[in-house]
Amino acid sequence: MTEETRRPDSLVPLPPAVFHILLAVADDDRHGYAIIQEVATRTDGQVRLSAGTLYRSIQRMLDDDLIVEIHERPAPDMDDERRRYYRITPFGRAVARAEARRLNDLVKLARASGFAPRSA
Amino acid sequence: MPFYRALLHLYPASFRAEYGDEMCAVFARDLTENGMSAWARALADVFTNATRVHLDITRQDVRYALRSLGRTPGFTITTILVAALGIGATTASFTVADHILLKPLPFADPGRLVKIWENQASRGYPQMEPSPPNFQDWKRLATSFEEMEAYTGDTVSLVGSGDPERLVGARTTGGVFRMLGRQATLGRVLTESDITTETQNPIVLSEPLWRRRFGADPGVIGRTLTLDDAVHVIVGVMPADFTFPSAETSFWRPFKFVAQNGDEDRGNHYLQVVGRLKRGVAFEDARAELTVIASQLERAYPKDLAQTGITAIRWRDNVGAQSRLLLTALVGASLCVLLIASTNLANLLLSRALARRGEFAVRAAVGASMDRLVRQMLTDSLVLSMAGGALGILIAIAAGPLIARIIPSTVLPIASAPQPDLRMLLFAAIVTVATGLLFGVVPAVRVCRNTDTSALKEGARGGTGKSTERLRSLLVVAEITASVVLLVASGLLIQALLRVQGVDPGFKADNVLTMRTMLPRPKYNQTERRLQFYQQVIGDLRAMPGVTSVSYISFLPMTMRGGIWPILTTVPDPQSPQRFVAPDPANQTSASLRYVTPGFFETIGTPILQGRDVAESDSLQSPFVAVVSRSFARQQYPNEDAIGRQFAIGFFVRTIVGVVGDIRVRGLERDSEPQVYLPAAQQRDGMLAFYAPQDLVIRATVPASTLIPAARQVIWRADPQQPISSVKLLADVVADETASRVIQLRVLGAFAAVALILAAIGIHGLLAFSVSARVREIGVRIALGASAADILRIVVVRSAVLAGAGVVLGTAIAYAVGRSMQALLAGVDPADGAVFGTAVVISAAMAIAGTLVPAVRAVRVDPLAATRAE
Repeated sequence: MTEETRRPDSLVPLPPAVFHILLAVADDDRHGYAIIQEVATRTDGQVRLSAGTLYRSIQRMLDDDLIVEIHERPAPDMDDERRRYYRITPFGRAVARAEARRLNDLVKLARASGFAPRSA
Repeated sequence: MPFYRALLHLYPASFRAEYGDEMCAVFARDLTENGMSAWARALADVFTNATRVHLDITRQDVRYALRSLGRTPGFTITTILVAALGIGATTASFTVADHILLKPLPFADPGRLVKIWENQASRGYPQMEPSPPNFQDWKRLATSFEEMEAYTGDTVSLVGSGDPERLVGARTTGGVFRMLGRQATLGRVLTESDITTETQNPIVLSEPLWRRRFGADPGVIGRTLTLDDAVHVIVGVMPADFTFPSAETSFWRPFKFVAQNGDEDRGNHYLQVVGRLKRGVAFEDARAELTVIASQLERAYPKDLAQTGITAIRWRDNVGAQSRLLLTALVGASLCVLLIASTNLANLLLSRALARRGEFAVRAAVGASMDRLVRQMLTDSLVLSMAGGALGILIAIAAGPLIARIIPSTVLPIASAPQPDLRMLLFAAIVTVATGLLFGVVPAVRVCRNTDTSALKEGARGGTGKSTERLRSLLVVAEITASVVLLVASGLLIQALLRVQGVDPGFKADNVLTMRTMLPRPKYNQTERRLQFYQQVIGDLRAMPGVTSVSYISFLPMTMRGGIWPILTTVPDPQSPQRFVAPDPANQTSASLRYVTPGFFETIGTPILQGRDVAESDSLQSPFVAVVSRSFARQQYPNEDAIGRQFAIGFFVRTIVGVVGDIRVRGLERDSEPQVYLPAAQQRDGMLAFYAPQDLVIRATVPASTLIPAARQVIWRADPQQPISSVKLLADVVADETASRVIQLRVLGAFAAVALILAAIGIHGLLAFSVSARVREIGVRIALGASAADILRIVVVRSAVLAGAGVVLGTAIAYAVGRSMQALLAGVDPADGAVFGTAVVISAAMAIAGTLVPAVRAVRVDPLAATRAE
C-alpha cells in the first residue's frame, strides 16, 4: 500500500508506544536502545519501553511505512555493528501530526468540561 | 544471557532473526543498570510481546490469504466444499457414535448404573427380562448395590378432550427417580409412598406431553388425566432431557406387583431392572455376587430357574454388537471420505503452491524467511479448512438425525438423535485444524524447500519436480483406494439388502391396511364385550366395497416380537403358576402366542396347510382349540399328524385343529419361534389381557390407504372413545424391517458417491496439471511426428497406472473390511464377485471420466504455440 492511497488518519489513534517512538526519532535517526533512552528522558522516566514492545512496535511501524531502517552509519567509533538505525518517513510525520491533533482536540474537550487546566 | 536468548525462541523465527541480537543488547544494558529486577521485566515482556507478535503475523497472513484466495474464487470454493464434505461427514458420524456409544447417560453418576437381566443363554436368551419374584430376590440378596429398581413399558389410551390418543409410558418402582438422581422441573417425582398408598393414582408427565396436552401450563400440578378409564392426578413434570427408559416415554406411573397379574410367577418375564453400585464396589465384584445369587436361586427353585443365570452390563455399554459394528463401519467410512477430501485438498493446495512458486521466490528474494513463507501457506490452508469446517458443522447438524437412524433401535435411555453440542464443535474444530495443518504442511514444505532463485526460472516455466509428482500420484492412488473400499462396502450392503428383501415373510403384504385399537381396561375386560366390538367393526368393514377380508390379531407380526410362552404337557399341576407340568428342562420349547378372530390367515395371506382356521363356532363353551404353524407341528410331532394332538399353553389344554404356514414374527433377519394361534372368543375374562386382539388387518382390492377415513368411522361407530393408532400399510410394516438397512445404504452410498467424485476430481487435477506442465514436451513430440495415439498413450498410461494401483490396493483392503463387517451382511459373501466386479468397473469409469479432458487437451496441443511459449 502506498502513501498516496493511504490517509494518515487511517492509523489514528496510535498505540502510545508507537507515538513515543515517532517523537523520539522526529529529530534524529536513532537505534533501538537510543529510542528507549530518548523516550525515558522525554517523559522524565515515566515511560520505559521494554525490548519486546520496542521491536514489536518497530516491526509494525516498518510495515506501515512510519519509519525506515537506514543504512548510513554514524562515525565508526560511535557505532556498534549490531545496531540498526531508524528514521521517520514523511508519512510517519503526517501520522504523528494527525495523532497530535487528535490528542489536542481531546484535551480541548476535557478543558471545556473543566477536566484540564485552561492553559497547558 | 543464554537463557534470555533461549527465551527469545518464543518469538517467531523471522522476528528473532531480525531483532534478536539487538534485544539481547538492550537486555544486557538493562541487566547492568538495574540488576536482577531486569529479569522479572524481561520474562513478562517476552511472554506478552511474543504472543502479540504471533497474533500480528497471523492477522497479516490471514489478510493476505483472504486477498489471494479472493482472487481465485473457483479454487477457493472447490477447496472449501471439499473440506466441508470431509469434515461434515466425519463430524456427523463421530457425533452419532459418541451419542450412542460414549456420552455419559443423562443421570447422576451414571458410571455406577448397571442393567441386570436374567440369563437363559442355553435357550437362546442371554438377556431375558426378569420376572418380579426374581427381581425381588436379587434386590433382597445383593449387597453390592445401593439400590435396585424395576420398570416396564406401559401403553395406555388417553381420553378426554380432543381425539383419543395412545400414549407410551413407563411403570416404575418407587425408588427409580431417586436412583437416577433426577428431579422434576414442576412438582415432584414418584417415590416409595406412591406405591404403598392407595389414595390416588399419581402420574408424572414428560415435558413434550405437558407441552402438547397442557400447553406448558405451569399450574398443571394437581390436575387430572384420564387413562384407560382411570383418573390420574398429575404430581410432576420431568425435564425435556429425561429420556427414561426411552425417548418416546411420555409419562410415569407407580408400579405395584399384583399376584393376579402373574407377578408371583417366575416364568413371567417382563421387567427391566437397573441397579446402582455402592460407592467403591467394582463392577466385576458386583457381577460375581450376582452369579452366586443366581446359583442360590436356581437351587431354591430348580423347576422354574433351571439353567437361569444373571447377566449384568454397565448400562452405558448395553448396546448391541451389531449397532457397535455399524457405528464402527460408519466412522470408518467417514474417515475414508475425510482421507479422500484431505488428499484432494493437499493436491489442490500443492498445485496452487506450485503455480505460486514464482511469487514465493520473489518474496524470498526480497528477504522473506522460509518460516514466514511456510507460515503463510499454512495460514492459507487453515483459512480454507476453517471455512470448510464451519460449513461442515452445518452439514453435520443437518445430517446427524438422518445418520442416527441407521441404528435400528436403541435400548438406552437417550434422545433419538444427537443434539449439536460442545463435544461436537470441539471434535469438528480438531478435525478442521488437523486437516488444515496436515495437508497444508506437505505442500508448504515441499514448495519452500525448492524456493530459491532457480525457482524463479522454473516457476515461470511451470515445471514440477519429480518427487512432487510422485507425491501427488501417491495421493491420487490413496483416493482411488479409499473410494474402491467404500464402493465395495456399499455394494455388499446392497446385496445384503436385496437378500433380506427377498426373504418370504410368510404372508402377503400388498394392499393390506392395518391399525391398532388398543381396547382399554377395565372397560373391555369381559370377553363378551370385546367380541361385540370385534364383530361390529369386522362386519361393517367387510360390508364396504373393495374390502375382501378383515380380521383382528393380538399383535401384527414384526411389530411385537415377544409374547413367547412355554409349551407344557397336558398333565395338570395346581402348584405350578402355569397349572401344568412342564417337560423336563432339556426338552423345553416355546412358541409365540397370539389370539386371532376367524379369517386372519385369509386376510394376511398365510396358507392353511391342514385342518381349519379358528371358527365362529369356537367359544368359551366349546373345547379350547389352537391353530399352529408348520414349524410347531414339525418340532412337537415330527413325522406325525399334528391335527387332534393336545398341548397346554397359557393356562389351558388346547387341541390342534389346523396347521398354517410359518410367519416371520421376529422379523426378516431373525429366526422366529413356532407360532400358536388361539381363537379370540376363547380368551377368558381378564386372562392374558395383554394379548387381547388389538391389531386390525384389512385386505382390499382398492388401494388400501383409501379405506383409512371410512375405517376410522367404523371404529368410532362401534366405540366413540376408542383411540386409533399405528395406521399403516402392512407393506410398510415389512419395509420398516429393512428401513435401517436402507438408511445404512443411503449413508454409505452417499459417502461412496462423494468419494468417487472427489477421486475423479483428484485424477483430473493431477493429469491436467501434468499435461499443462508438459505442454512444451508434447508440442515437441508432435512436431517430431508423434501421432495423436502416441500422445494419448502418455496420458492414458499414466491414468491407468494410477487407477490400477488404487484398484488393486482398494480391492485387498475392501476384502478385509468386508470380512470385518460380515455380521451386517445377512449371509452375503464378503468376497462377492459381482460386487467387486462392479466396483472395479465403476472405478475404471471414474478414472476414464477424470482422464478425458486432460487427454483431449494433450492431443490438441499446438506444436507451434507450445514451442514458441518457451
